[in-house]
Amino acid sequence: MASKPAKKLESEPVKPRFSTISGMPVDEVYEAEDLTVGPGRPGEYPFARGVYPSMYRGKTWTMRQFAGFGSAADTNQRFKYLLKEGTHGLSTAFDMPTLMGYDADAERALGEVGREGVSISTVEDMEVLFDGVPLEEVTTSMTVNCTASILLAMYLVVAERRGFDWKKLGGTIQNDMFKEYIAQKEWICPPAPALRIVTDMIEFCTDQVPRWHPVSISGYHIREAGSTAVQELAFTLADGIGYVEAAIERGLDVDEFGPRLSFFFNVHNDFFEEIAKIRAARRLWARIMRERFGAKTDRACLMRTHAQTSGVSLTAQQPMNNIVRVSLQALAGVLAGVQSLHTNSMDETLALPSEEAATTALRTQQIIAEESGVANTVDPLGGSFAVEALTERMEREAEEIIARIDDMGGILKAIESGYPQREIADAAYKFQQATDAGDYVTVGVNGYEMDEKSGGTLEILKISMDLEAGRKREVAEHKAARDSKALAAALADIRKAAEDGSNIMPPIVEAVRRGASVGEISNVFREVFGVYGDPAWL
Amino acid sequence: MSAKLIRVLVAKPGLDGHDRGAKIIARALRDGGMEVVYTGLHQTPDMIAEAAVQEDVDAVGLSILSGAHMTLFPRILELLREKGVDDIPVFGGGIIPEEDIKELAKLGIKKIFTPGASTEDIVAWVRENVPARV
Repeated sequence: MASKPAKKLESEPVKPRFSTISGMPVDEVYEAEDLTVGPGRPGEYPFARGVYPSMYRGKTWTMRQFAGFGSAADTNQRFKYLLKEGTHGLSTAFDMPTLMGYDADAERALGEVGREGVSISTVEDMEVLFDGVPLEEVTTSMTVNCTASILLAMYLVVAERRGFDWKKLGGTIQNDMFKEYIAQKEWICPPAPALRIVTDMIEFCTDQVPRWHPVSISGYHIREAGSTAVQELAFTLADGIGYVEAAIERGLDVDEFGPRLSFFFNVHNDFFEEIAKIRAARRLWARIMRERFGAKTDRACLMRTHAQTSGVSLTAQQPMNNIVRVSLQALAGVLAGVQSLHTNSMDETLALPSEEAATTALRTQQIIAEESGVANTVDPLGGSFAVEALTERMEREAEEIIARIDDMGGILKAIESGYPQREIADAAYKFQQATDAGDYVTVGVNGYEMDEKSGGTLEILKISMDLEAGRKREVAEHKAARDSKALAAALADIRKAAEDGSNIMPPIVEAVRRGASVGEISNVFREVFGVYGDPAWL
Repeated sequence: MSAKLIRVLVAKPGLDGHDRGAKIIARALRDGGMEVVYTGLHQTPDMIAEAAVQEDVDAVGLSILSGAHMTLFPRILELLREKGVDDIPVFGGGIIPEEDIKELAKLGIKKIFTPGASTEDIVAWVRENVPARV
């Protein structure tokens, strides 16, 4: 929309310019004439106002707290604690070796075991991780990408050993490789074979694990890496387009796999920009599925999304202030109508969350759900001139970026050329410069500073230096107890599928049954598909 | 003859993919008039020490957010010493708790920047603490 002529103010404005944290100019006031499309109705195509007619009256959003540190037993204990305290669903954070396809006893795992999540190398670890968790009742999310096929296979084998029916298992595996190359940057092989494995998993899950979400198309990391809100929206939906195209090319029916795609957005500081972003995402995705891909059912068009408050917005200085930031961001997520939500802990700029900090983060959601009253009415901001105008603007600007990616030949080509990577690095640098220049004030950092003593300190979670040695021993013991002939045959079957193009999931599941580790299966990927190196664009 | 430019290696040890900070620092140092070599992600201590020698840098900046700093930073210092380049300042940044910062200082890391540090401060520190060699 064109900016309206500025009215004469009685005094000087408090800022030279008013914009969102992403730099999008914001008008002084929005009126009916700023809107061009109606907001529609909740639960009806194109779903800007929410994917269900009754929203949180029918079901409160899923409070899904992301957790993982140390050993499988440490994390299992945290899972049980969170479930006892009222979290509805689990979400697993793996450590860097697990995420990058190295076992705890690998040389590349040096110093990293259990430090940024839980260390999982074999199916025995996975059994301990989910010990005592009713897998048919609790839905589980796993944040893992280039080794997603292996970790999902481990989850399925654990379920099988405990007598659970795969058809009843509900959950999500992140498995969004496009955004790895764009932002999160954990990978094994180059983008094209990575896309093939993702597509294998969509195909496998649609058939064998029908309640599972085989990919969670994620804007979260794109935003954390420094993108603007519109870039997060555009790159995420462009990634989604890439997966749908690949699945259709595989011969899958968009109305069959479409409803199993899920999304994951960031909720950053700028309240209305974030609400508008998620509303725009729903409308744009619905239109893409119907207009571009010909989805007939509404179920295939509606965007279910998880959201997480913004880690990068938190500060090490005066860390208690982070509780307030998280509350505001979580409130924006709820007002935007997300299906599940993780609230960050106040200590996340210092370490992985302590139990106390994780509890406050969960309580923040419970206070919003139980005390604030905001969940009583469906899309209470629908029809607000400001929110609807911002929603329209973000949808329009994201469409322009998606059109540019279409012109490049799609997201795979765009990634190979470094387009989204460079756009994000530029936006991150620009934001840092603006912050250094004082254009944006972060309370406690470049405004309202205090010395450390007055600002407060937190007790942080420490991971023992002994953990790594213990894990190495455990993994070596599991490996020694296997039937090496059966294992070698199973790994050879994965290699065969990798080479001949048949679906790679069944032989991975079989290899996991025979004790194959994360690192061993990843090595097959490395040998067949090659290893991707960071282009290190500045 | 003009003064030699300060040449800095910005390196990403460890397996984490958080390169937002490293890239911002690399660009800020470059915009601050220095020569910058950026290693890219997922570097082992060997790769970093080797790059420091090959690129003949005046300082090494390490960015890490994976929690492995207490293992990887000392190893990098050790390898630099083995290669005879123990005279160049090594500094770092990332998610690094206060008590680890003290420990790393004892081991010879000249400075650790934590979240919230401005690029201006970092550029100024490098300019003051890294002698451009002739």
